[in-house]
Amino acid sequence: MGAIQRVFNKDKNLSRLIVVFLAVFAVCAFMKGSLFLSVSNFQSIGKQFPEFGLLAIAMAFTLYTAGIDLSVVAVANLSAVLVAKILPAVITPETSPEMVLVILFLAFIGALLFGTLCGAINGFLIGWVGITPILATLGTQALFTGCAIVLTNGSTLGGLPKEVANGMGANVLGLPVPFIIFAVFALLSVFVMEKSTLGYKLRMLGTSVKASTFSGFNNVRLFLANYMISGFLSAVAGLVMLGRFNSAKADYGASYVMEVILIAVLGGVDPYGGKGNMKGVIIAIFIVQMISSWLNMYEGISNFYRQIIWGVLLILVLIYNYVVSEREKKKASK
Amino acid sequence: MKRRFFKSTEFYVGLVLALLCIAIQLKSGQFFSGNNLVDLVRAFSIPAMFCIGEMFVIITKGVDVSFPAIASMAMFIVCSKMEALTSNPLLFFLAAMLIGLVVGLVNGYIIARFKFPALIVTLGTSSICFGIMQGVFKSREYPLCAPLYELGQTKLFSVTNPVSGLTSDMPVGIILMLLLIFVGWFILNKTMLGRGIYAIGGDEKAAQRAGFHVFRTLMFIYAFSGCMAGLIGVLRSTMLLAVHPNNLMGMEMTVIAACVLGGVRMEGGKGSVLGALLGMALLTVVDNSLILLEINTTWQKVFVGAIIIIGTAVSAIQSKRDAQKLTVQVDEGRS
Repeated sequence: MGAIQRVFNKDKNLSRLIVVFLAVFAVCAFMKGSLFLSVSNFQSIGKQFPEFGLLAIAMAFTLYTAGIDLSVVAVANLSAVLVAKILPAVITPETSPEMVLVILFLAFIGALLFGTLCGAINGFLIGWVGITPILATLGTQALFTGCAIVLTNGSTLGGLPKEVANGMGANVLGLPVPFIIFAVFALLSVFVMEKSTLGYKLRMLGTSVKASTFSGFNNVRLFLANYMISGFLSAVAGLVMLGRFNSAKADYGASYVMEVILIAVLGGVDPYGGKGNMKGVIIAIFIVQMISSWLNMYEGISNFYRQIIWGVLLILVLIYNYVVSEREKKKASK
Repeated sequence: MKRRFFKSTEFYVGLVLALLCIAIQLKSGQFFSGNNLVDLVRAFSIPAMFCIGEMFVIITKGVDVSFPAIASMAMFIVCSKMEALTSNPLLFFLAAMLIGLVVGLVNGYIIARFKFPALIVTLGTSSICFGIMQGVFKSREYPLCAPLYELGQTKLFSVTNPVSGLTSDMPVGIILMLLLIFVGWFILNKTMLGRGIYAIGGDEKAAQRAGFHVFRTLMFIYAFSGCMAGLIGVLRSTMLLAVHPNNLMGMEMTVIAACVLGGVRMEGGKGSVLGALLGMALLTVVDNSLILLEINTTWQKVFVGAIIIIGTAVSAIQSKRDAQKLTVQVDEGRS
């Protein structure tokens, strides 16, 4: 018991989130009983959240350095569109199954590199040129979405090889593949943000750019790294979306931007930078997805009510965090 | 004074705009035709009006992305619910402004009271407004009610192109646009409130010590932006002669980009009405002239994105150089 209490005291934000998570879980389970607690429900949850979960982690990284990346969804879509454009051209019915897998692998690696490159453009504009993150990513968002529209002519790109949808739709040991992908990158992100020197430097950068400069860090390189991580994770999300929809389009997931900022803030990342942890963000992803699936079970509630709920929740969470941090400040000054 | 003018962002944006117009004229021969100009003004009017409100916000270091949602929500509620109650178009506008004002006050209160990043707060209220419009009021394409339809059909004048035979009408709403631009210019340049807006953008603490009421000023800015968004929403529906609830989505991006292109700095404290309008004019010309240049319209977003990046990069590099100049001077003084 003492050990649990110590953990709780060590990270209050995380423990609060766990309590919220359990409370939401209990309410959902109580209200919808067997429907909510079924294996198939959890499997469909496991397929739904990885895409925006990955985007939320990407967003959390940029918020952590007092920035923001509005282009995450655009990067995800553009990467997916590129893959969807290339695959049908390269793979013909005559291609042997082994060859198909090799091409798929190469295409996916290419997409991830491309996403990282998009992130590098953001990082360059923000770190080297010195454009405010909101504007730089607003511009690249338009640019990337524009490129995707040009490539697709505004329509949906289908005709992907069966392996893509089959692969993403499969279950390994009962776990959906997207969930496994998410788990791998989430763990990596937790490590980078909380255990690595890079994470430490990013926190410094988020707290104060000047302090970071005077500590001898190369800020341009840090911004580049930060937005490259964000671009990379966005591209991963794009590939997951490609598999789930079995197609690519320039404007899939347009509403995700708002949702992923909500998740990052809910997870305790301070939009003014320098504060927050990845574990909190990951729990926040589960909370949001759970509420979302639960709302889905009521046929009377239209999808649009969710927008109201997310908006209200975002502002309430901001205010709550503010009140808590004010109280802590008061305590500290006493 | 003259030197300063030639170095200003407004001058450069104006120059680029003029060159672009001439280039398009040379390529297509249709740019300076009467109906094209009227069409451009029509396309320019709505975002230009949004620019005024957004500019105020950006000068104080904030950013408001909720105005398309406020405008759409106010427009839909008013146009779908008030039809039976009244036939006075003025009341429609007033009701929409009232709705906008309420949302604007909420924005302003949360941002000014808690000092949250304006982007995130307005993103939240934007989501709430779209949710209310689509969920609670079940928005859809809706025919415009008679009094507003009549208003929309009245025109100042119309121009016919002798070559293509296309006719374009100048809507009455243009008067409202000119009025709003004047009000914006007047507030910023001729009132204490305007001084306060610039002062808060420059340095909030210094502004407070100088006696400006920061909380009230911020409240005013967001309330003004919201109120005007309501007005513009209804005006938009009269221009389109129908209620398109999702038509304004994404306009926040163009408007912010236009302001910044025109020299309104996101770091706060700088910007002029003329600059913001020139920025908007540039984006409007690019947006609408791709067809004249025989470029496929799918390229539109690519161009807009590229312009935003180049424009903001230029101003970022400029302000970086200014900062460097300042330090050099200090160093020289010391040695």
